[in-house]
Amino acid sequence: MSLADKDRIFTNLYGYQPWNLKAAQARGDWDQTKKLLERGPDAIIEEIKASGLRGRGGAGFPTGLKWSFMPKESKDGRPSFLVINADESEPGSCKDREIIRHDPHKLIEGALVAGFAMRARAAYIYIRGEYIREAETLFAAVQEAYDAGLIGKNACKSGYDFDVFVHRGAGAYICGEETAMIESIEGKKGQPRLKPPFPAGAGLYGCPTTVNNVESIAVAPTILRRSAAWFSSFGRENNKGTKLFQISGHVEKPCVVEEAMSIPFSELIEKHCGGIRGGKDNLLAVIPGGSSVPLVPAAEIWDAPMDFDGLRAVGSGLGTAAVIVMDKSTDIVRAISRLSYFYKHESCGQCTPCREGTGWMWRVMERLRTGDADVSEIDMLWDVTKQVEGHTICALGDAAAWPIQGLIRHFRPEIERRIADNVREAAE
Amino acid sequence: MLSRGVRPLMADRHLEPDTATLRARWGNFAWTAENAAKAKEIVARYPDGRQRSAVMPLLDLAQRQVGAETNTQGWLPIPVMEFVAAYLDMPIIRVVEVASFYTMYNLVPVGRFHVQVCGTTPCMLRGSDDILAACKKRGMHKGHTTEDGLWTLTEVECMGNCASAPMVQINDDNYEDLTADRLDTVLDALAAGQTPKAGTQEPGRHTVEPLGGPTTLKEMVSANHDYRKEW
Repeated sequence: MSLADKDRIFTNLYGYQPWNLKAAQARGDWDQTKKLLERGPDAIIEEIKASGLRGRGGAGFPTGLKWSFMPKESKDGRPSFLVINADESEPGSCKDREIIRHDPHKLIEGALVAGFAMRARAAYIYIRGEYIREAETLFAAVQEAYDAGLIGKNACKSGYDFDVFVHRGAGAYICGEETAMIESIEGKKGQPRLKPPFPAGAGLYGCPTTVNNVESIAVAPTILRRSAAWFSSFGRENNKGTKLFQISGHVEKPCVVEEAMSIPFSELIEKHCGGIRGGKDNLLAVIPGGSSVPLVPAAEIWDAPMDFDGLRAVGSGLGTAAVIVMDKSTDIVRAISRLSYFYKHESCGQCTPCREGTGWMWRVMERLRTGDADVSEIDMLWDVTKQVEGHTICALGDAAAWPIQGLIRHFRPEIERRIADNVREAAE
Repeated sequence: MLSRGVRPLMADRHLEPDTATLRARWGNFAWTAENAAKAKEIVARYPDGRQRSAVMPLLDLAQRQVGAETNTQGWLPIPVMEFVAAYLDMPIIRVVEVASFYTMYNLVPVGRFHVQVCGTTPCMLRGSDDILAACKKRGMHKGHTTEDGLWTLTEVECMGNCASAPMVQINDDNYEDLTADRLDTVLDALAAGQTPKAGTQEPGRHTVEPLGGPTTLKEMVSANHDYRKEW
């Protein structure tokens, strides 16, 4: 059964209609939000837990559970904070941008509801610096919400005081990591912190903090209005709900679209994207969840359900559901090497395996691209990715390792062919 | 400086030398009246005693003011960073750390238009090589400003416009679904002092719906449809 329009959360996804408060309210946002809050923090968290919502920023941690880690009362007077991660920078990902520029009130209402549930005093929305026009819209939407009494003192006449602030980044992928984001809001370089302490214990300004992705927060009010049972009626067990998919690369019609979780890859592509460029048989490989996840060859991805478990079963992951499609014209080694360059560029430089390893891996990848290498270096590169993976403070090291591992796992013959060609050409 | 062929490395970012000329030009930097009010509003977003949190937005504000004064996209001379440090009562080195860590702060002067071409894989798959070649054809080189002071070219990492790739960000606007010809049209318009339409350059496309019209939510195209009636 395919998802009906009435069950789509982001109805103004394409921005055909205005983003402003009046239009958003006519679409159903900020509709008796006070009543949602009257259910109380615990009931809200229970409903989100029951809905099966898992974090939409990549890791897929259960959202309601995350909220429940926040202290129910402040024993030492420290306030709690909600930080909303709008630092969308994972190559392939372009969904939070659409929420922010076309449906910002879903996010702001979600901030209030989520912040209230975790007893936070304020939310900071950290939007990536390059989203300049999007930030302008967000600032304006927040101001509208203040002017209408929806946030601020006595938000929605609920008796609860809640502020929403927007903080712009300035060009650093690493700030999408939650503790790097907290450092950045504190006015420092975005270098991840060692955990523990976890943010729920000591985060922003040393206060209890939860960091959630834009999409996770923006769907919360609709889940509360329509019930956990409604949300969990979509997708397979453990993979519930609707999801914004972003399809880029070699499809006829790249797009962002909201679909039910677990939709098969083939259906997603044929229904919304006009199919693979040059037809199904022209598909080479897919990176199904943003640049950090390993690629999946055509034969394995075609029938795979697009959800956390379905993509793990083919050796990859759902990530942010940023689907990068590559047809047979793709220089697959270059495509992955370009990602290696990305991680080298974005490494914060704090941990040695990542700082040195990302540059090293990229340089070897560039030689594999041209075939200017020895076959034994493929195994050496594999070994190095294993030494970077899991040996750094944050997951950027892992993210740099996985695409290369995926390439070697599935396209080793292609790499070897280039080396052999290079050797033969040199001999001639 | 070593050129590695792709773009200057992060470690290659350097500050403009702190010379007497630089001091003479920027030593008296201070907020304009309008920006002074903005700066005050920005600092108020953060808790008391945490004014350091405002360093990023204030560096952006300062860079924009420098841009307005020089008719460029703007950059951050050392004396301007010192001004921000003093404004927030924080050590200058902490400001320099932030300015050099985040790539959107220009540490050296840039041109009137900062042409930032996304070259990461999703844009690469859709033809960003052609976009960079078109820039080169117009005399731009990565990491440099053209002699007429009009264009600075930078290859940047994923800008989050992957469903409307390839794209370029020029100062505050994105131009998406580019081809070499469409880019030329945009650049010609900018050079002529016009304001080309931002967003997708694909005829008939609105934003990130599938080309040819959305496959979902079709009612929304013509009216602000309220789907609650169908719940």
